[in-house]
Amino acid sequence: MSDVLWQRELPGADLVIRGARVLDPVEQIDAELEVRIDGGTIVEVAEEVDANEHRVVHAEGLVLAPAFVDPHVHLRTPGREDEETVASGTAAAAAGGYCAILAMPNTDPVVDSAATLGALVETARHEAEIPVGFLAAITRGQRGEELTEMAELAESGAIAFSDDGRPVASAAMMRRALQYATITGRLLALHCEEPSLSHGGHVHEGRVAAELGFAGYPSVAESVMVERDLALAGYESGRIHILHLSATESVDALRRAKAAGIAASGEATPHHLVLTDEAVRSLDPNVKMNPPLRAEQDRLALLDALRDGTIEAVASDHAPHATHEKEVPFEAAPFGVTGLETAFAVLHTHLVRAGVLPLETLLERMSAGPARIYGLERPRIAAGAPANLVLLDLEAEWRVGEEPFRSRSSNSWLLGEKLTGAVRLTLAGGATVFEATAVPA
Amino acid sequence: MNTIRLVKDDLRPPGPPPEKRHVISVADLTRDDVERLLSTAQTFASSLDRSVKKLPTLKGYLVINLFYESSTRTSSSFELAAKRLSADTLNVKAAGSAVDKGESLKDTALTLGAYDPDVIVIRHPHIGAPQLVARVTDAHIVNAGDGKHQHPTQALLDLYTLNEEFGHLEGLHVAIVGDVLHSRVARSLLQAFELVGVRCTLVGPPALLPRGLGAEATSEIEAIRSADVVYVLRMQNERMQPGANFIPSLREYTARWGVTPERLRQGQKVMHPGPMNRGVEIDPRVADAPESLVTTEVRSGLVVRMAVLYDVLTGGPVGVEALTTAEVA
Repeated sequence: MSDVLWQRELPGADLVIRGARVLDPVEQIDAELEVRIDGGTIVEVAEEVDANEHRVVHAEGLVLAPAFVDPHVHLRTPGREDEETVASGTAAAAAGGYCAILAMPNTDPVVDSAATLGALVETARHEAEIPVGFLAAITRGQRGEELTEMAELAESGAIAFSDDGRPVASAAMMRRALQYATITGRLLALHCEEPSLSHGGHVHEGRVAAELGFAGYPSVAESVMVERDLALAGYESGRIHILHLSATESVDALRRAKAAGIAASGEATPHHLVLTDEAVRSLDPNVKMNPPLRAEQDRLALLDALRDGTIEAVASDHAPHATHEKEVPFEAAPFGVTGLETAFAVLHTHLVRAGVLPLETLLERMSAGPARIYGLERPRIAAGAPANLVLLDLEAEWRVGEEPFRSRSSNSWLLGEKLTGAVRLTLAGGATVFEATAVPA
Repeated sequence: MNTIRLVKDDLRPPGPPPEKRHVISVADLTRDDVERLLSTAQTFASSLDRSVKKLPTLKGYLVINLFYESSTRTSSSFELAAKRLSADTLNVKAAGSAVDKGESLKDTALTLGAYDPDVIVIRHPHIGAPQLVARVTDAHIVNAGDGKHQHPTQALLDLYTLNEEFGHLEGLHVAIVGDVLHSRVARSLLQAFELVGVRCTLVGPPALLPRGLGAEATSEIEAIRSADVVYVLRMQNERMQPGANFIPSLREYTARWGVTPERLRQGQKVMHPGPMNRGVEIDPRVADAPESLVTTEVRSGLVVRMAVLYDVLTGGPVGVEALTTAEVA
């Protein structure tokens, strides 16, 4: 879908990768194979391929997989280019093993007109290291009062619509959005939060909030909105995708709705899959996010849903913030953490190596899953497919923050943590977009 | 009674403390810490009976009181505690300072930190503000209240008051009545009571009892009768956002949960951290009764805060060796 993803012009790679364990769960490949890439297209996957004077990457002991797709990134452009730009955000994504990312429209100004979207697309054509797509707002200014001109926005390249960062508070507005969006063929990506219940809350309503004295942001503030939007989507036969699920009740609702045939999908973030509200006891503003970290039972429910496919995608919800904005007391800090450069490594470390999530499932949920939701061409390892590949070293240990981030912001919840699993090489849209220095050439 | 050896004149207690000592949360204290602080406070209390009340103990030290919220009791008692121990004091209030011009907490802390204060006492509307100041300055930090999180010296002075009144702490039963949800005093007290073996029952309207606190809790006001002490919390109007509807009205609150003589047993002791809303959460007859320990709490506040300042700065238990000493008590 080249009409919804943009990347600067880069030469197609000529490359042979030898010695790697080639792992594509959807193509059902798991074998030591060699891969040849000509001009950015995979031309041969076999036990032995001719190097054909291409550069050879010796990848013994490494895993070659379809590169990742991040359905939920904040690039802060336009408006807060001090925090992230299209160039820096896509460079960070390349280092994280991604071959495509989707940017949310809650910028300044909000991406709610063809003019603003057009300027972004132009920027991406010149700056984006990897293919990037843009969501446009559901309502003007994300104020929840008037619909955006969705048809024109879709024609101008909006891949979907979202008021992410805030909910569509009015049920009537949501219904109109579902009705109108059907003419665009695009889905609505929904931030589900009942503002009158989350009002003023910073931390999951539970023991930790009660002990520390934080205003609570209860699970039910999310789940009642999930239930409302699923009911409306069912009634209007609309297609919705639920962003950053955090609560057991929301996951259960999504599972029931899917079983009932409602066109809905869901995503979860690495921080909600790894941390609980216990982390908030540190009072570190880098564990403040919306929705908040929840209880252990919620984390386990997300993990179950990721395993059984109720949640089809891992989303980083990469949300860069300037250092001075996070160097304040917890309650005064903005919501959000970065994640593009650590998503695979942290989930590999805490879920795959811990034996609670198969590697194949993680790879599927980080690549084919999100691509399917947004109708993107699935990254795959097969002759004839464009080279969207990631080479992973599953044994490599590294410490987060030791090497500077490619993102312009460093509000990671993993600063100083040791992770196991590193990206060695990323090909996106046929081009080599990231190569770790330690790669044997 | 412990013996305290106080350092005279410009001689500081020997050696630097092993690590930076702060009093930020009751959760950081052990039972030993609490007992040591209370016994130090007792020692200081007896020194205050003398005609010259000033001790040279902390001469040459600088204590900065940094208050981002209004306060009468806490700020005055910290200031007086520091002065009774001969420390220099500097009081900075957010109103009228560079904070009004938008200076961040970090920058204010860096600015004050440049004067090399030994202690910064901070009150701030946000949870975690003391930790931030601790990270960016070299001072010992004493939390005088951060948001709805903690007010550890209030909990200590209440333990001190209870101990003076009953002669022991273990086995006492305290009922805390009112707006627990918004109360940093209640949170600090719950942890302090747990440390020393005081049983606690929370009483209040359902929406003002936080979920998940894991303490004994009820909305039945009759529950206060079985306690040794009834601890009344202030109805914090300034924390009640309009339309939040935690309770239908103050009138209904008073009718249901106001602490009146009729709801108390004969001779039952009553405490309140202040400031009181007479006629709202506490009946004036209760506030003025001889069973009220409210002014005792204020007196306790002074000696407990002297003990806290002494403790964080000397970094050791009472009775620390010094070259020149003066015996007190």
